[in-house]
Amino acid sequence: MQTTLEPRLDSLLRQNSFIELGARERGRQLLDAGTMRELIGPFDRMHSPWLARQGVVTQSDDGVVVAKGLFNAQPCVVLAIEGAFQGGSLGEVGGAKIAGALELAAQDNRNGIPTMALILFETGGVRLQEANLGLAAIAEIHSAIVDLRRYQPVIGIVAGTVGCFGGMSIAAGLCSYLIVTREARIGLNGPAVIEQEAGIAEYDSRDRRFIWGITGGEQRALADLVDMLAEDDVQQIREQISQFAARGVPAQHRSEQTARFISALDQVDAATQATPEMARQIYTRGATA
Amino acid sequence: MSHSKNGFVSRGAHWFAALAGTALAGYPDSVLVADAPFNGRTVRFIAVIPDAQNRFARARDGEVGLIEGWHLARAVHELVAADQNKTDKTPLIAIVDVPSQAYGRREEAYGIHLALAAAAGAYAAARQAGHPVVALIVGKAMSGAFLAHGYQANRIVAFDDPEVMVHAMGKASAARITLRSVEALTALAETIPPMAYDIKNFASLGLLSASLNVVAPDTPDQTSLNLVYQSLEQMLASIAQESEHDLSSRLNAPHRQASKRVRELLRQQWKEEGPMAI
Repeated sequence: MQTTLEPRLDSLLRQNSFIELGARERGRQLLDAGTMRELIGPFDRMHSPWLARQGVVTQSDDGVVVAKGLFNAQPCVVLAIEGAFQGGSLGEVGGAKIAGALELAAQDNRNGIPTMALILFETGGVRLQEANLGLAAIAEIHSAIVDLRRYQPVIGIVAGTVGCFGGMSIAAGLCSYLIVTREARIGLNGPAVIEQEAGIAEYDSRDRRFIWGITGGEQRALADLVDMLAEDDVQQIREQISQFAARGVPAQHRSEQTARFISALDQVDAATQATPEMARQIYTRGATA
Repeated sequence: MSHSKNGFVSRGAHWFAALAGTALAGYPDSVLVADAPFNGRTVRFIAVIPDAQNRFARARDGEVGLIEGWHLARAVHELVAADQNKTDKTPLIAIVDVPSQAYGRREEAYGIHLALAAAAGAYAAARQAGHPVVALIVGKAMSGAFLAHGYQANRIVAFDDPEVMVHAMGKASAARITLRSVEALTALAETIPPMAYDIKNFASLGLLSASLNVVAPDTPDQTSLNLVYQSLEQMLASIAQESEHDLSSRLNAPHRQASKRVRELLRQQWKEEGPMAI
């Protein structure tokens, strides 16, 4: 019995799931071994000043880990959102951690230090209990990504299982490169909100197959809206980041390709309801011809 | 008449017509762009307005949708490219009256998040390149729509008016997501400033540079126009005094102390050496 189990156990042990890791451990495993240093860690007690007033239990890192270290010996900051705390929602403190760290990374580059950034998106977007301060922080994150990506690629990873929604899906759209897994979803509006605003015929938030068909990682990769579909494996994700880091700042970011996207959308039959196939078709037409 | 070019009327359309005149050709009917004289120089005005014939049905009431996001980006990128070799960059004024981003299956399938990223990224890049950017909120400034059109401005100015609203999500949806009733949400919003929908509470967060008591917010009269002109001039003059083109001027209100404190701590800890065991 032992002899038949051994090869399977061996392969299972060699698999190192990224999705199963918490935010802090994700940061640690992506950075070069032994180089991670957490900034504003739990002992700094920077928790949300707004949640307790609403009877919501706070967390001493506010659901965002700022991990500084080296990636392939290059200075790097990882901004890892903890999907397990309040759905990865961004409030004032967590939002400021991400924006502030990106601002310092850009400043480093202006001072000749080539700091790069990885953002691990696991978020429903704005934390509604801190609504306008979450939205303001997300605007500052957008600004900081656009600033930093002039100097270094900003690499986003949406691993799952929370996905990436709301204002933070816009932040993901601003990244130089975006890596996803099959468990990931990227969408502007959460399924429940679309159903609330547009009706169940437009968007059935309980139909998982439909939701993943529209916003899932594999679909986003096939429609060329992200840069890489990765397996749920730490080593493979790390190798992908290495490749994108080596490629450097793209000549034109996807979010700057206005002519290409306007032309693709001009060809859409908007009277017909969208399908995953149509999305793949309009955005890959030129690429495969 | 202050009608939009497709005959549909909105606050944003009225104020665009009054401030900017006729829109440039070549943009969709929902996106108004004009280069208008302003205090001895040229300024680019941009607005998103309702278009009852919008090809995308979920974006007919002034929402920022796929088409709107990409064309906002285009309008801004084209200006940045035209001014690339100039030291005196043309100001951008975003006239903001956007009820929300577009909610729909087509929008998600075709990547509305990327369309909005294009717009937000274009405004941010314009500001960082030295274009003075001012957002003039005349109506609603909601959620993703505001992130795409206005929130990247150096300065935000709003009408002090009950119709003016800034928020992350409409009340009905926000209540559903937070598992509260609309009544409970409204009551809570009265005690938690960032949760409120009105412009006075928004101002208390330090995100607003000026709020204007405009007597005729729906139909601009000369008095209201003068007030708006005066404020926009002040904003452009104060932006010209700054050497940095960032958003740090938003961090000074008492209700944003944590945002400021986080940045102070990050700055202190950024350069410390060696890994820290947790």
